[in-house]
Formats: sequence, structure tokens, C-alpha cells
Amino acid sequence: MSAVVLAELAYWQVSILRVLGLLAAVLLPSGTIVYLFLFKMMSFMQSRLGPMEAGPYGSMQLLAEVGKFLQKEDLFPDGADRKVFAWAPIVVVASTFIMYTVVPFGPDAWFANIPTGIYFALAVSSVSVIGILMAGWASANKYSLMGGLRSAGQLIAYELPLVLAVLGVVIQAGTMDMQGIVAAQRNGEIFGIGFIGNPYIITQFVGFAVFMIAMQAELTQPPFDMPVAESELVAGYLTEYSGFRFLLFFIGEYATAGAFSAIAAVLFLGGWSLPGIGFDADIMNVLGPIVMLTKMMLIVFLVMWFRFTYPRLREDQLQIFAWKYLIPISLVNIAVTAVLKVAF
Amino acid sequence: MTAISERQQRAYIASQAADMRVNVELETEGMTLNIGPQHPATHGTLRIIVKLDGELVVAADPVPGYMHRGYEKLTEVRTYPQVNTLINRIDWLGSFANEVPFILAAEQLMDVEAPPRAQWIRTLLFELSRIANVTLFLGDMAVQLGAVTPVFYAFRDREYVLNLIESATGGRFHPNFDRIGGIKDDLPKGWIAETKQVMVKVNAFCDELEALLLGNEIFNVRTRGIGVIPPEVALSYGMSGANLRASGVDWDHRRDTPVGLVYDKLDWKVWTHPDGDSFARYWVRLQEVREAAKMVIQLCDGLPPGPIMAKVPRIIKVPEGEAWVATENPLGEMGYYVVSKGELVPFRVKIRSASFNNISIVPWLLRGVYVPDVITILASLYFILGDIDR
Repeated sequence: MSAVVLAELAYWQVSILRVLGLLAAVLLPSGTIVYLFLFKMMSFMQSRLGPMEAGPYGSMQLLAEVGKFLQKEDLFPDGADRKVFAWAPIVVVASTFIMYTVVPFGPDAWFANIPTGIYFALAVSSVSVIGILMAGWASANKYSLMGGLRSAGQLIAYELPLVLAVLGVVIQAGTMDMQGIVAAQRNGEIFGIGFIGNPYIITQFVGFAVFMIAMQAELTQPPFDMPVAESELVAGYLTEYSGFRFLLFFIGEYATAGAFSAIAAVLFLGGWSLPGIGFDADIMNVLGPIVMLTKMMLIVFLVMWFRFTYPRLREDQLQIFAWKYLIPISLVNIAVTAVLKVAF
Repeated sequence: MTAISERQQRAYIASQAADMRVNVELETEGMTLNIGPQHPATHGTLRIIVKLDGELVVAADPVPGYMHRGYEKLTEVRTYPQVNTLINRIDWLGSFANEVPFILAAEQLMDVEAPPRAQWIRTLLFELSRIANVTLFLGDMAVQLGAVTPVFYAFRDREYVLNLIESATGGRFHPNFDRIGGIKDDLPKGWIAETKQVMVKVNAFCDELEALLLGNEIFNVRTRGIGVIPPEVALSYGMSGANLRASGVDWDHRRDTPVGLVYDKLDWKVWTHPDGDSFARYWVRLQEVREAAKMVIQLCDGLPPGPIMAKVPRIIKVPEGEAWVATENPLGEMGYYVVSKGELVPFRVKIRSASFNNISIVPWLLRGVYVPDVITILASLYFILGDIDR
């Protein structure tokens, strides 16, 4: 249906639809993540109720929070590099938006279909480091500077295991195209059993584990939250931000969580496709986003579970963990995958 | 001792290098970082000036005094019962424990002894305030290390203990319950049974934290071998309490000098740990909460009947003399040196609070550690700002 509708529209109309869809794809999951996990799940794990006043079960709390941030004064510290300080949150949020563009939500529900989609997504995900470094440097605050530098070191260290973990999937699927990876998982089979396809979490479980750990570090969630460690660096690179710019960082953080979990859902959980319904069925353009959202929330649930349970590592321990353990493990994983790919 | 002097030598050279602001290899500058007075890790207004080389601390200098309230001077213009109200505010998490040594010192000067029931209830409330104090540490240490959940469990279970203290004394935080010659009131009806139930919850909380943190690998790598204090150094800096016992020094006022309290009639154990690192300090405190819960149950069972006040005059005038009484408070040794000239008010009161001595080791301990370890060490030393500055 939608394929037909999209074909009849002019290019600019399709583009506007895609941009609106992208906005929804970025903001909807991040809002869900914040309410469902940050407000409610965290509260239940800590034997409290969480927000209960704004709306039924506090469901309007998000609007209240956004309203609060919009009312706050947009502060620039003395001695801050004003231009860089102002642009830093925008760079961070923009990188998140661009990451979402290559994630498919259905046979036609995509924003940009790039043949090397996964490569593109991982490449732009590192752009946010620049934004964080900008924020840390421009704040003219020692805590912010340390936070920014820690963040840069951490994100560079964990970019590698992330890419290497994805490589296993790419080898197995034989394509870098996100739609191709979904199709490969749908059409795959394990030892002849193929009715649910082959979600790569089964064959690439090592890659999945490495991807999840590296993702936790990329998102700077505990136990890898040294850049914003509130008990050490106050709030790291966020210390001097207030009002709307802080809100942008906040959206960026949870939208990135959504983006990474969407990529993980596509790579390891089979993406938007449902067994039993045709791959190109039009109905999947409606069901696909729902399936994706469910899978994303499952993955964010894991991230948040770790977040609320573990203490934080030290910066040097984090680097040791990345370079001495994660990278060798993912290299072995790639080698084994490549051998098995040729063997079967 | 050689290891210490070598270490100090290295730290001295490093701090000299930072002062010259020259790192010979890279020609980088050192950075002076001001942790506090307003900082999440100091839970109060302690200021620590650290000189950094990258993330490595080359020198640290604590600056207390931002919360100095002049209690020692204020006691000189207050009658003895009024002083009691004031000193409640020293260690505000375990307030009742602050009153006891002062009252005991005054009793010593007046040559009064509280009746047995009052002594037992005093000990009971003393241990309850220890639980109220140290459970918060158990959660707070975790939050300093980045785990947010345990602190909520700590607040949840501490609430039961505070309710007990409130129902017995009328004050959640500042009971002001101890009197010269006894205590203000008897325990309310049904309090004993309720206390025993709460102690079950406290024990369950300790088990929960043990499962959540002590077995956690990240907690272990963050605390083991961090901030090691050898026993002789701990003694030379005048440390006391769990910080000292975590360094392997078996020293506890409750067992060694149980003045006016009934610890000698109870079956309990002083826990020590040989390591002296942050993990040991956490572990010792966890065991002490368990031990306190055990003691509270024994105290509930053995509570003798009888009066709760000895005969004391209406208007309290303490005869001329000097007295020093110290007890093992939640934070360590707390003592009052009371000098009386036979008037309504004390002539001079010297307050020896545990935290002030405990943080005096900070400059020695923080040299050569990373910034995150500064937070671990400060959290594990466990100070209350009111107890440092008075």
C-alpha cells in the first residue's frame, strides 16, 4: 500500500514524510526509554514509586520535565568559548539523528537505503565524540574538561570492539546493507530448522555480548559512565549546561540509546520482519515499526538493568577491559565466523 | 616503616615537580583541582585541594572549617541539659551516640550512676543510632562508586530504625533523650517486639548488600588495594573506629573501657580485617551493623526492670573537677573532656570527634592515586561534616 502511495508522491513530498518519520523515530523511543526505564523501572528496582503526580502513573512527567527545561535560563559560563559551547549539544543530537537514517523499520519504512548502511551508522556514531569534546573544552571548567577527555578516550577505545563485533554479523550475512541483513536472518536456517529464520543472536552470541558491552560504554551508561560520573566529576561535560542545551544532551543520550538498540535489533534479533508474513507485505510497514520498537525496548531493558545494578569502573580499568579482553575476543569471533562461513 | 618513607619521598618529589609546573618529558602543566566545598562526594562542605598530574594526584590538602559552628565555645554559656541539645548536632546521623559520653562525663563529676534499666536503654539506643548511621554509609559508599540502587535500600531500611528511635525518644534525628542520672522516659508499649522485627529487616539488608556489592567484581576491583592504611600509620594519625579496625588493630572502647554502658554483659565480637584497604573498611562496617543488630536483640531480651532515673537535684550544678569519657561512636572514638568550676555551665568542654582525626590521614593517603580513587577513599573513610567541624 504505502509503496504505491510513496511512488505516486513527488520527491520533495516523500522527503518531508521521511523527515517527519525520522523525528518520530528519534523522539518516540527516547521518550519511551526515559519514562519506562529511567522513571519507572529504576524506581521499582529501588523500591520506590517514581513520578506519580503528573498524569496517571506519572505518564505526563516527560512533558513536565521538558517544560521545566524550556523555562530555564540559557547560561553561558564566564570564560566559555561561546560558539563552541552553543554548538556542542547540536552536534551530539545531529549525530544521533543521522544514525537513525539507515535503520529500516519495514520493507518501505526506511529513511535512507544505503548499500553500506551499517558501516555508515557506526561511522557517524563517533561524531558525537566531537560534540562531547567540544562541550568539555568550551565549558572552561576543569571537571568538564576531564569529563570530555575521559569520554574521548573511552569512546575511541570502545569503537573498536563495537565494529569488530558487527563484523561477525556482516561476514555471516554477506552484506553491509541493513535490509540485506534483515533478509539474511529471515531466510537463514540453523541446521535445517528455518521457521523463525536465523536471528544472529543464536550464532553470533559472542558478538552480541561484545556489542552489548561496547554499546554500554558508547552510551556512557554505568558501569562505564566515567565521563559524567556524578560523584567524581559532578556531571563531567554536562556540568555547565542548563535549560534547553542540557535538554538536547539529555535527548541525545537516550536517543542514542534508542539508535544503538535499533541497530542491535537489526543485527542480532532479526530486525522488523515477522515469520509467517511475507517479506515485502505492505502490512509490515505498519507492523514493522512496532516489532522494532519492542525489540529495541528489550535491548534497552538489558542496558538499563546493568546501569542500575553495577558500580562504575575506573578509567584505566575500563581501557584495560577494552584492549585486553574485548578486542581479542571479538577478533577470535571474527576468525571463527569466517572459518565456519567457508566450511558450511 | 621503610616502605612508608620511600613512598613519602616519591610523593614529595612528585609534588615538587607539580609545584615547578614542569613535567620534564612532556612539558605539561599540573592542574590544581578544587574538590568541594560543594561537591557530591564530600557530602557536606569539606574542601580538598588536589594537585593533579593528568588524573594522578600528587598532593592533596583537606580544608575543613566551612561548617564550624563553635560548639566548644557555645557549651560554655549553656547549662548541662542545654549542652545536650547542642551536641546532638555533631554527628547528625547517629545523634543519640553524641549525648552519651558527655552525660557520662557529667555523671562522673557529680558522682551519680544511672540505674541499670537506664543503662540498658542507653546502650540499646546507642546501638540503634549506630545502625542508623552505618547503614547509610553502606549505601552511600555504593553511590560514590556509581551504583545508585543500594543507597535507596539503605534509606528504606534505615527508615524503620529511625521510626524506632522516634517512637522511643520523640525525635527522629535529634533525640535529646539522655539525662544526667538516667534517661527522659521509659520505652513505649510494644516497642521491644517491634525492635526485634526491625532487626530481622536490618540483617536482611546486610545480606542483600553483601550479595549485591561484596561479590561484585567491579566493586572488588574498585576497592581492593585502594587506600591501604598500615596499622602503625593508622595509629600515628589517631584514627579510630572501623577505620582503625579495618587496618587490623583490635581496639574498641565498647569492649576495652565500657564506662556506664552494659557492653560487658553482652555476647558480641569485635571485627577486624587485616587488609586496611577500602574494601576492608566497608566489610568491617557491614559486620558491625550485623553485630549491632545482634546486640540490640540481646539488649531487648535482657532489659532489667526498675527505675529509669537516679536521684539528681532539680537544678544541676556540677561540682568542681575534670572528667574525660570516650565511647565508641559509629564514626569512631568520641570523647568529651569536661572541666567544671562548680557552676551551672561547664567551664570548658573539649570535644574529641572521630571524623576530624580520621580525615587527617587524607594528605598522606591520597598521594599517588587516581581521581576516582580519591572518591573511593573519601567514601570509605566515612566522615560526617558536623563531626569534623563541630
